[in-house]
Amino acid sequence: MSDTIYLAIVLAPLIGAVIAGLFGRVIGRSGAHWVTIAGVGIAAILSLVVYKHVVFDGAAVHNAALYTWLKTGGLSIEVGFLIDRLSATMMVVVTFVSWMIHIYTIGYMHDDPGYQRFFSYMSLFTFAMLMLVMSNNFMQLFFGWEGVGLVSYLLIGFWFKRETAIFANLKAFLVNRVGDFGFLLGIAAILMYFHSLDYATVFAMAPGLAATTIEIFEGREWLLMSFICICLFIGAMGKSAQVPLHVWLPDSMEGPTPISALIHAATMVTAGIFMVARMSPLYELSETALSMVLIVGAITAFFMGLVGLVQNDIKRVVAYSTLSQLGYMTVALGASAYAAAIFHLVTHAFFKALLFLGAGSVIIAMHHEQDMRRMGGLSRYLPVTWITCLVGSLALIGFPGTAGFFSKDAIIEAVHESQRFGSGFAYVAVLAGVFVTALYSFRLFFLTFHGAPRMDHHTREHLHESPKVVTVPLTVLAIPSAVLGWFLAGPMLYQGYFQDAIHVAHENDVLGEMAEGYHGTWQFLLHAFGAPVIYIAFAGVLTAWLLYLKYPHVPAQLAERFDFLYRILVNKYGFDSAYQKLFAEGARRIGEGLWRAGDITIIDDICVNGSGHVVRWCAGLLRRLQSGFLYDYAFAMIIGLLLLLGYFLPWASLLG
Amino acid sequence: MALSAELYYLIPEIILLSGACLVLVLDAVLGKEQWSFTYTLTQLLLLATAGAILFVDPGQAVTVLGGNFILDPLGVLLKVSICLVALPVFFYGHDYNLEHGLHKGEYYILGLFAILGMLVMASAGTLLTVYLGLELLSLSLYAMVAMNRDSRMASEAAMKYFVLGALASGMLLYGISMLYGATGTLQLAGLANAIAGQTDNTLILTFGLIFVIVGIAFKLGAVPFHMWVPDVYEGAPTSVTLFISSVPKIAAFAMAMRVLVDGMQPLAGDWQGMLIILSVLSMIAGNVIAIAQTNIKRMFAYSTISHVGFLLLGIIAARPAGYAAAMFYVLVYSLMSMGGFAMVILLGRKGKEADLLEDFKGLSERSPWFAFVMLILMFSMAGVPPFLGFWAKWFVIMEVIRAGFPMLAGIAVFFSVIGAYYYIRIIKLMYFDKPLEMKAIKSSRQMRTVLSLNALSLLILGLWPPLLMALCLKAIGL
Repeated sequence: MSDTIYLAIVLAPLIGAVIAGLFGRVIGRSGAHWVTIAGVGIAAILSLVVYKHVVFDGAAVHNAALYTWLKTGGLSIEVGFLIDRLSATMMVVVTFVSWMIHIYTIGYMHDDPGYQRFFSYMSLFTFAMLMLVMSNNFMQLFFGWEGVGLVSYLLIGFWFKRETAIFANLKAFLVNRVGDFGFLLGIAAILMYFHSLDYATVFAMAPGLAATTIEIFEGREWLLMSFICICLFIGAMGKSAQVPLHVWLPDSMEGPTPISALIHAATMVTAGIFMVARMSPLYELSETALSMVLIVGAITAFFMGLVGLVQNDIKRVVAYSTLSQLGYMTVALGASAYAAAIFHLVTHAFFKALLFLGAGSVIIAMHHEQDMRRMGGLSRYLPVTWITCLVGSLALIGFPGTAGFFSKDAIIEAVHESQRFGSGFAYVAVLAGVFVTALYSFRLFFLTFHGAPRMDHHTREHLHESPKVVTVPLTVLAIPSAVLGWFLAGPMLYQGYFQDAIHVAHENDVLGEMAEGYHGTWQFLLHAFGAPVIYIAFAGVLTAWLLYLKYPHVPAQLAERFDFLYRILVNKYGFDSAYQKLFAEGARRIGEGLWRAGDITIIDDICVNGSGHVVRWCAGLLRRLQSGFLYDYAFAMIIGLLLLLGYFLPWASLLG
Repeated sequence: MALSAELYYLIPEIILLSGACLVLVLDAVLGKEQWSFTYTLTQLLLLATAGAILFVDPGQAVTVLGGNFILDPLGVLLKVSICLVALPVFFYGHDYNLEHGLHKGEYYILGLFAILGMLVMASAGTLLTVYLGLELLSLSLYAMVAMNRDSRMASEAAMKYFVLGALASGMLLYGISMLYGATGTLQLAGLANAIAGQTDNTLILTFGLIFVIVGIAFKLGAVPFHMWVPDVYEGAPTSVTLFISSVPKIAAFAMAMRVLVDGMQPLAGDWQGMLIILSVLSMIAGNVIAIAQTNIKRMFAYSTISHVGFLLLGIIAARPAGYAAAMFYVLVYSLMSMGGFAMVILLGRKGKEADLLEDFKGLSERSPWFAFVMLILMFSMAGVPPFLGFWAKWFVIMEVIRAGFPMLAGIAVFFSVIGAYYYIRIIKLMYFDKPLEMKAIKSSRQMRTVLSLNALSLLILGLWPPLLMALCLKAIGL
């Protein structure tokens, strides 16, 4: 497999983005979508070719630098690709989901004036994400990392005339900055101790540095690996929206729906998960870091799911569901079940993209109404959307047999097996999370598609199924959401699918232990009926049915009864307002203080205007010397003469 | 050398003198209706004089008439410059006089005699010739300032100018007498030799030098002998201010060169110190007080004072390269100054002077091109590259640094920064303020052309400063 193909995969979306972005006006609207869809399509098909080559033909891992950007000292910064099973899998997921979303966008953004720009951004996003997953060094990883961050900023604020959109994209950008700062520190620490940014070199050296400690604050020794891994994970917390850096993700719903799907389902948010999996040789060396990953993930998985229960905006429910599912993946990482995390990432990519696009389809039908309280009974009008959303929801809650079932069950089981500090708490959290997931998923489903219609008359008359460009991607995404697990669960989880791409220390290998009890997918499925997980899920669905279809007046009463809890959830635990008050306000206060003290007072008032005033004052004073009286003028001349005489005459010779 | 051969070198002055007399007679005979004729004749006469100077240019220093008259490359360049600068000055002045009803041949005739005086000063070989030329110039100027007899301000200004000028003149003469007493000669070359030869008369020599310096400083308008400048600039009709602000400055520079450099180079150590004081005071007072002005003619007066401070820097260097830089400065200054006053003339209309700063408000809306012309002039005066005014400042500042006065250079830079304020304020008024009225600027095509060329020359010559500098260096003999 030559470099040319890898390069083509990366460059095809970039070229599409450049053409659509710079020449959008020339090529027109259809030109823009054709060129970007073609670009991403090429990338998707070539990714499949690469995937087949790597996974089915068993090709060797490709790891080579393509281009040396710069050499400085002993460090050379290169553009290079590492193609193994992990990156090949990610490439396929990224390009395919992106491709589907491109097609879907034709329908969704049909009337938007920024049509070409939108396609350009999406292709650019795909490019950045591919650079990230295909990288063979930290620098390029960081490039892709920042690239997706930038494009997500542009896309969330795509409707830049909406104040809320601008607020959201700024928020996303700033919160990610916090994460990126940690990430950059991690990379810097790697560079400092390993003197290289190349993955292979770093991973090879890592075991040798496992016992190294560093002292950042006096008297506190830290394990180098823990420091690096925690720093890197802070980056991942930003990108993958883990508590407490999750606040940007729900707000990012301000972007157009295809973006919500692209960013929240397939790509950007998974960057953090992917990165930790990629760095597994480092993480395996730090028990501390993995515990932290585990706990953060568990908190996110459960508590963010709870917030999803009280949201009324259809997209926000899906967004909180994404947060919660990302928490699951993080938990898997923390339990050293990297493969399970990636597996869940893959299945989630499909069913979450499906759910977002389904929500988008509903939103189109409802004329951009997103409040579920004004929906209901849509199953009659949107049959395709309804059925595909049902598939997506079942996959999300882990209905036996769906893709989500296999991946989520594996994660829960892995946490159960894990002996790591925090795994007990994590296990409870993920189990409870299953109930919460089922509840909010079917709350969304019932409120939207069933029950009494609550929209106004006008909207109701115009309800109809979305066009083909919307329903076809829905269908295409529904199929893997339903059946993907049957094909991937065995190999990915238990049969060494990732080979050397993911490194798990022997004593941490929970999936390996589980593999001993694995006897095929059917067995897996049947075994699940003996475990509590699926009953918990059913309980969730049942509760949703009772609350939102059978006794729809109960939720309001509950909210009233448990007002305190309800308030906490609606306020999202106060993260937003705390950040807003503490960091945003604080930073602004400090900035304003410094501006007042430094810029206004010292620079403007004292230095600039002060000196100006002094000069002006002197001018006013001096001009009075010009009295207009002749005798004053003559006097001045005489004084001048006398001064010259007094100063320059050789008085010494005169007197002496 | 036979007298006829000696008079050969005086042909330009003779032409100018006889021409001026002819114009005087013709103007008197032909009456007021023919005054445009007087103007044309004046311009032709100036051209002829300039041509004659170039014609008789010996290419080296020639001394005739018993040492009273010198024609050297310095003199040739300055005299040609005086004539050539006077051409557009009379052109602008003509425009003003037409508009404001000063239909008077006296303007041109007095101007011609003033120019004759300047030429004499520039070619002076003795202190007496210097004084002769200076008096001819000064008396003509006093009369010119008073030309508009009905204006009280003009009369007041003329009176002040006359009295203070007489005072300065007396001081100069007194100084000259002291020098004569100490050395027994009035010849500049002889004076230099005598000073170099003796050491016991330093007291009288210094005493005389101080009085001479006062005379020169008054003519240049250096602080504290500058008091006449703002009142005269404001009080005189703009066409006269235009004249006073540009041409005689070249002559004053010539006078300084003749007296201080030709005649008293051995005393350079003394006059350097005096000029430093005058220069620093001029830069301070000129730049600072200009900020408080609301009348643009007065503002230009203080601007002139500050430019004199800069001009003196070149002389303070007391080396040929410094003199060349000062000469460069004075030529550039006269170009900028007449452009600036031409803008004032341009904005004024019948019976109304546009001499307030606020008259420039919103000029870019009324007439973008003239706003741009004024922008060039102001940037050049402020010393913004690439305009010629920047190079003028650059050269003199470099020279004082080379001569070992870095502090002085620092002061110069500091006050040029302060000075930039009031120049740029005009640009702000033109481009950022709303105009007081929206009337378009009326002007003749010739006026537009000459003024545009005037301003563009600052830009074009500024892009290639060695062109003008080469002339100055050659005139100094470098």
